[in-house]
Amino acid sequence: MTALIPIEPLRKSVEISVDSRPVSVPEGSTILDACRRADIEVPTLCYLDTLHPVNVCRVCVVEVEGSRVLVPSCSRKVEPGMVVKTDSERVRHSRKMVLEFLASSVDLSTTPEVAEWLADYAADPERYGPPAPPSAAGERDSHGPGHHHAVEPGFRATVAQPVKLDNDLYIRDYGKCILCYKCVEACGKDAQNTFALTVAGRGFDARISTEFAVLLPDSACVYCGNCIGECPTGAWMFKTEFDRRAAGTWDESAQEVTTTICPYCGVGCSLELHVQDNEIVKVTSPLDHSITSGHLCIKGRFGWKFVQNRGPVRQSEGVDRG
Amino acid sequence: MDLHLLAAEPIAEERDAIDRFLGSAAGGWTGGERTSTDHHTASGGHEARDQRYLLLPALRALQARIGWISEGGLNYICERLTIPPADAYGVATFYALLSTTPRPPRVVHVCDDIACRTRGADRLCDELEKSAGQDGWLRSPCLGLCDQAPAAFLTEAGPEPVELLFGGATAASITSVLKGDYAPAKQPHPVLPQKGSQELRLLRRIGVVDPSSFDDYRAHDGYEALAKAALLGPDGVRKEITDARLAGRGGAAFPTGRKWDAVSLQPERERYVIANADESEPGTFKDRVLMEGDPFALVEAMTIAGYATGAERGFIYLRGEYPLARERLQHAIDEARRNGVLGESVHGLGVRFDIELRVGAGAYICGEETAIFNSIEGYRGEPRNKPPFPVEAGLFGKPTVVNNVETLINVLEVLHLGGARYAETGSGISTGPRLFCLSGSVQRPGVYEVAHGTSLRDLIALAGGVAGGRELRAVLLGGAAGGFIRPDEIDMPLTFEATRAAGSTLGSGVVMLFDDQVNLVDILRRIAAFFRDESCGQCVPCRVGTVRQEEALHRILAGKPIGGVATERALLEEIGLAMKDASICGLGQTAYGAVETAMKRLGLFEEASAS
Repeated sequence: MTALIPIEPLRKSVEISVDSRPVSVPEGSTILDACRRADIEVPTLCYLDTLHPVNVCRVCVVEVEGSRVLVPSCSRKVEPGMVVKTDSERVRHSRKMVLEFLASSVDLSTTPEVAEWLADYAADPERYGPPAPPSAAGERDSHGPGHHHAVEPGFRATVAQPVKLDNDLYIRDYGKCILCYKCVEACGKDAQNTFALTVAGRGFDARISTEFAVLLPDSACVYCGNCIGECPTGAWMFKTEFDRRAAGTWDESAQEVTTTICPYCGVGCSLELHVQDNEIVKVTSPLDHSITSGHLCIKGRFGWKFVQNRGPVRQSEGVDRG
Repeated sequence: MDLHLLAAEPIAEERDAIDRFLGSAAGGWTGGERTSTDHHTASGGHEARDQRYLLLPALRALQARIGWISEGGLNYICERLTIPPADAYGVATFYALLSTTPRPPRVVHVCDDIACRTRGADRLCDELEKSAGQDGWLRSPCLGLCDQAPAAFLTEAGPEPVELLFGGATAASITSVLKGDYAPAKQPHPVLPQKGSQELRLLRRIGVVDPSSFDDYRAHDGYEALAKAALLGPDGVRKEITDARLAGRGGAAFPTGRKWDAVSLQPERERYVIANADESEPGTFKDRVLMEGDPFALVEAMTIAGYATGAERGFIYLRGEYPLARERLQHAIDEARRNGVLGESVHGLGVRFDIELRVGAGAYICGEETAIFNSIEGYRGEPRNKPPFPVEAGLFGKPTVVNNVETLINVLEVLHLGGARYAETGSGISTGPRLFCLSGSVQRPGVYEVAHGTSLRDLIALAGGVAGGRELRAVLLGGAAGGFIRPDEIDMPLTFEATRAAGSTLGSGVVMLFDDQVNLVDILRRIAAFFRDESCGQCVPCRVGTVRQEEALHRILAGKPIGGVATERALLEEIGLAMKDASICGLGQTAYGAVETAMKRLGLFEEASAS
């Protein structure tokens, strides 16, 4: 009989307690991994399996016995004997406030699951007063650090601002941005290595930006669209989706997802074609796909218009440019 | 990584400013003239990227020469250091003293923070608005010159940049500075209130020695502690520190001995020592006084810290608003090198240790012990999540000791007396002498040194009591991140334990007095505005919580509470609890402290909510 050869080094398992239940996970796992193994639901926004945890949204915080403050479950590694509470009053309060803070300052209308969480935690974003008028286009991009822009007393500051439309492939709706850093990570060190995006400014004026807030076509952007792939709120969105939403013809329930392999090069990326009304409306790649980890390039992400081209092939096209 | 730069070219002055700092570009790959060998070589990889830690000083050099950071200037820095321009822009927009939009070469930053507010800073700003308009000056958070409030900070860009931090500011003096007459800004900083007292230990050389003379420092016990360290050996030094029960003076009161032991036990040989001189806590100026008056002491203490923990490289991270301290520290470092007590082989110790002075650019958060790493490394000064702790993975991912300046100065005292004798003063972890920064409505503001355990009442009496003999309304203890206490609580002994037991904190040694004429709600709102302005913006509880807190106080102040003052009070409490519990770092975790103690201890908003 042949012995099985482990393809990964064996890891010791660590026993912890989550909500008074014993959970065993491999060494090096996070508290979030342990919660998932125990089927305990923990909300997350800035966390994604394929990116380094930045633990900034703080919606996944849990209580760990012996810790002065709450800890982010997405990044904290388990230690033997750890006692974790995911549903204590402290945890529920901080989660409620984080959700309120976000919902009172950001447009979460296209963030999946958040409406349920707001209801679950009894968050009331309206108690901070009515929203202040939205900023003018580009106004927030010019806010310098250390000098906040107070709104009229009685109103609440928000990040509301006009959508940035500067190319045919995708839009940036920073009024929907919760500053989860995912697009910066996906554009930079965690996936694309293009580094076209940064967080600029400080405090409430911190925002996703290119250098000097230049338009995407002037920036280092290579239109891989990985920012859209990672964005949890729809602040980055396919132009096709944006246009259909504006026209009221975006209907996810009427969409079919077809999995295929990208035809362009030899890498063999897995594509998920989202089709509505017999039209490809967006393309994603599965996060757990061993080749892409959810990331694509400009061709796989956007180069499918030819599929829709039903007309006869015209010889002159691409030659006669007058 | 392919660098994609904007089309803008640097002007000659911008290129020159960067070249003066980095040296001339080696070839076409790094922004210089193309040479014949450029075709056959490639530049990049780790070697190029490892220069990232030069980003902040390069940005500062550009700001100091031009007065702002243009697209062309930023491009050139990026080319020289192989940094994506978006990344560099993210860093440049993090610091209040850097501007990415055109600014006049001469700018005066006028402090309107709480200590200066008790001395008419707000009125001063109103007057300035009328007389000078909006141009050429900016409101600023605490400048660390609270003993000479109101304070202002001049920066003038050019080939010979000027930076002056000055006190006793008036609308007239600022107007004349704005016109180029710097005489009113060149007043010498006043002497120490306790100068010459035989009881002084940490401050004993301040105003007594010539801060620019290595020999004078030697003549006043300078480098005696280093000589003792050489006899004790690294383990012996750490034992003395542990026996002294020396606790950190930056605010967290962590045992210094434990920190040093933890670093010395790491298997990694590359280690760092950082002196946290970013002192930006409103009301704090003790480290400035130490560094301006006794710069060699910090250099000596850091050398001992390096020796005791096996580190060969140290950084002093100094806040950007202290030009005099910068000049004197740099001079002290140079002199120490020249005299063989810093550098390749430290005289007497036989080890290598050198210090680099790093200057911040206007960001309170960079004093947070992990934000300091990101700032030095050339990233946005955002705090890191702990664990891992700095003693395991700090600067450049290596084991790092971060100590406050006052803590390090105490190291000399520990070695001078021996750990056990040092610990005879005070009790528990509150051993040895302690510096306090008295400001606000106090008769003789300044830095005072007393033994741990002295009562707050005695300390206030030492400083002449409340200014003008007026009635005391409240004391802010520990800084904006600390909390208020009532006049009937001032018999509290000043120890970590006693203040903690009373639900307060010594923090960074701030003792700010408020008399009965101060509008405390206005002070509270300024504190809330401070945290809102200084939040790095990374985590939601702090980024939005500090805004919602400031808005609620603004509503109360404007007489427009939502649902009544009692509702606002409850809301503030809910916001504060989330900031305290769920924020990444100490800034968010303490941003509610002053508001909480003002409500719970001083009873603020109670009368209003009863009506």
